[in-house]
Amino acid sequence: MSLQIISIILGSLTLASALLVVFSKHPVRSVIYLVVTFFFITSMYIMMNAQFLAIVNMIVYAGAIMVLFLFVLMLLNLNKEAEPVTTKGSQLAAFIAGGSLFLVLITALKDTLTLGQTYRAHNDQIGLVKQLGNLLFTKYLVAFEITSILFIAAMVGAILLAKREKQIIE
Amino acid sequence: MQVASNIGSSLDFYLFVSIALFAIGAIGAMTRKNMIVLLMCIELMLNAVNLMLVTFSTFYGNGDAQIFVFFTMVVAAAEATVGLSIIIMAYRNLKSIDIDMYNQLKN
Repeated sequence: MSLQIISIILGSLTLASALLVVFSKHPVRSVIYLVVTFFFITSMYIMMNAQFLAIVNMIVYAGAIMVLFLFVLMLLNLNKEAEPVTTKGSQLAAFIAGGSLFLVLITALKDTLTLGQTYRAHNDQIGLVKQLGNLLFTKYLVAFEITSILFIAAMVGAILLAKREKQIIE
Repeated sequence: MQVASNIGSSLDFYLFVSIALFAIGAIGAMTRKNMIVLLMCIELMLNAVNLMLVTFSTFYGNGDAQIFVFFTMVVAAAEATVGLSIIIMAYRNLKSIDIDMYNQLKN
């Protein structure tokens, strides 16, 4: 029962920090709140005993990707006047659209939601590094190797995009 | 009728949180006009989907979905890298990160 209370607190904190990401005016604050959101999502992974993904989420998302975002924000040196404003009408329309998306998803998963009561865990060791490593290097080995090609392509693309501008200046 | 005692809460709570996260990310992607915040809202939606996949994977005792989440993270990292470099290049040309200014990317 106490675990349930902890997970409810974590879930509401996740949603609160996600709302702060969307509604804070300053982009740097948005990045900080997004890091906080990722930390709470990591803690939810830990609650579900998905240890490998918890560590990867912490290192890759909260560590690497968010630092990249923060670095770009600092590099562009944006001030508060540069922040574009949204009109009230489009904001209202977005709220209605997002709210109906939420309701549609809840309705679509309604039958699954009631399933939670009768569930019984077959194997709670599924998220450990040993199990996932076995799976990753046998069944999904080809996809894992193709991932490295994707990374090389992304790296070359990012370098080319940054470098072409420099040659134009020269 | 034993709800997994070591898993904190039942399936429906995690599903509710991930659906709400996805909706919040969608609202942010529709309201915000800052290009970088837009990319961050897309990351938020990706994380909501990841959370849902991990939830189902844990509750059905199947590890394949967690591998899929791993690949999603890899693709998200690549996407953030390329997207941010495109934003930097466009900012050098347009001197703005307003999404409405980016309707002339062709030249």
